[in-house]
Amino acid sequence: MAAQTEVIKAPRTEVGLLGWLKKNLFSTWYNALLTVLSVAFLYVVLRAIITWVVRDARWEVVTTNFRVFMIGRYPGEEAWRVLVSLGIVVFLAMLTRVFRRAEGKPRRWLAIGWLLSFPLITILLRGFSRKSPFLPLVSEDMWSGLLLTLVLSIVGIGASFPLGVLLALGRRSELPVVKVLCTVYIETIRGVPLISVLFMSQLMLPLFLPPEVRLGTVMRALTGMTLFSAAYTAENVRGGLAAIPIGQYEAARAVGLNEALVMALIVLPQALRAVIPAIVGQFISLFKDTTLVIIVGLLDLLGIAKAVTGQQEFIGLHKEVYAFAAVIFFIFCYIMSYASRRLEQALGVGER
Amino acid sequence: MQNEKLNTAEDIIICRDVHKWFGDFHVLRGVNVTIKRGEVVVICGPSGGGKSTFIRTINRLEEHQRGDIIVDGIELTSDLRNIHAVQREIGMVFQSFNLFPHLKAIDNISLAPIWVRKWPKEKAVKAAMELLERVGIPEQAYKYPGQLSGGQQQRVAIARALAMQPKIMLFDEPTSALDPEMIKEVLDVMVELARSGMTMIVVTHEMGFAKEVANRIIFFADGNIVEQNTTEEFFINPREDRTKLFLSQILTH
Repeated sequence: MAAQTEVIKAPRTEVGLLGWLKKNLFSTWYNALLTVLSVAFLYVVLRAIITWVVRDARWEVVTTNFRVFMIGRYPGEEAWRVLVSLGIVVFLAMLTRVFRRAEGKPRRWLAIGWLLSFPLITILLRGFSRKSPFLPLVSEDMWSGLLLTLVLSIVGIGASFPLGVLLALGRRSELPVVKVLCTVYIETIRGVPLISVLFMSQLMLPLFLPPEVRLGTVMRALTGMTLFSAAYTAENVRGGLAAIPIGQYEAARAVGLNEALVMALIVLPQALRAVIPAIVGQFISLFKDTTLVIIVGLLDLLGIAKAVTGQQEFIGLHKEVYAFAAVIFFIFCYIMSYASRRLEQALGVGER
Repeated sequence: MQNEKLNTAEDIIICRDVHKWFGDFHVLRGVNVTIKRGEVVVICGPSGGGKSTFIRTINRLEEHQRGDIIVDGIELTSDLRNIHAVQREIGMVFQSFNLFPHLKAIDNISLAPIWVRKWPKEKAVKAAMELLERVGIPEQAYKYPGQLSGGQQQRVAIARALAMQPKIMLFDEPTSALDPEMIKEVLDVMVELARSGMTMIVVTHEMGFAKEVANRIIFFADGNIVEQNTTEEFFINPREDRTKLFLSQILTH
């Protein structure tokens, strides 16, 4: 009887490193062949890359121009303002990480901190007026390099997300005028390339605005990107809204919630959480699409890269410059993608 | 309107000649029924007969197209204020639970008191905990619906409906989606609720439950009430052939 109650362990199939190798890399003759070929391929490619990176590449083109890559035409004596802005963001990010499990007060303060950081950083970067002794004006049309890329993406994401949610709700609205307007907007934008939206925003936007409001090139490009991205966000959110069962609406109404509360407390939290991967994908492409502003004369990170390759003393160093730009883009895209996965894990509790 | 107020002292729900169509399909064909305060009414009948649609018109999840429905003196019209007022008076329990999957059990229950009744959070959470104790699962308070069994989910759903302190509870086939071993735990909660004096309308085929607590049974088919009687009379003395046939079908097993 005692033998029957004994726990039977699962048979061990993986014995040490050799066992793992045999199971995963050399289980059949064609698996073994593939393993050998892959290793050979990796050796050749990696060797070439590493040799180039550590021996042949002339990285002085990057180190010399580092500040240009980061802030472009932003005046050098004001560069501390960018650093302080970066410091604020890093500080808030660290606080958020420290208090990520906290509830109530600390979270509320963090939210307020993040909200305040936007106007604060805007003032810090842009300054007051041209003659002001403290924080003299640095017009946003002077912003370039990675700074411009980040400003375009962060403001673009921050503005297009709520707009996209509103458009998605509008498209599902029961009011025919709202529904038709939202649908026409979304379908028009989705039927047009981003480049033409950027051109149109440069040319058309001043026509719609009163003459005393004069938007700079950056603001016009930003408006174009936001309007463009919002349409895609709206379609992603609509997909999430469509996935919410009718029973959720009924249960929410049955406990007495009005339509606005049904949306805000029950439907949107579930719909948005379902489309996090799609929305982050949309944000990543927005981030990379900011490089298109080069066609309206703005110098984002890639535009700066192009300009740097034209410098007399660094002629012919395209590879180094674009490799550096690619690594920067990769880092930011990977951070977004990683954050999205963490967010899904954190929110996915109990959803089965 | 004034004379409506008079007979609502005792009659909490009055339905007069209620009609509803789904497209061309005439689901409710002139339903007339009055429910008294504290009464427990079981509605049974073949599926597709309109029982669920009927109780869903009472809290305006479905709109009736002709006739009057008056709940606790408030007539259900297209006036949103009336609809919300009626929905606050009525709690509903669904066949498929419909808990909010992104909220823990306790937050499912305290949500409406916080946002609709404007209770402070502490008070709402305390009340929610008491309700969870009443339905017998206080230890599940901080789990998400997806981590609970069907029977536990339905008990949370009952607690959620009770949290708004409704005068009337509607149950739409509350045990039909449950595994057999979980039906009893839900019915026990409903029996306790019935004995506490709650006005209840229950669409169910659980005739044991009906015999135990129902004051009246309504047999519903083809969009209208075929027969209604006190519980004893209904089982001993069914008058209509359709009722007899239905009873023989569900009681032989």
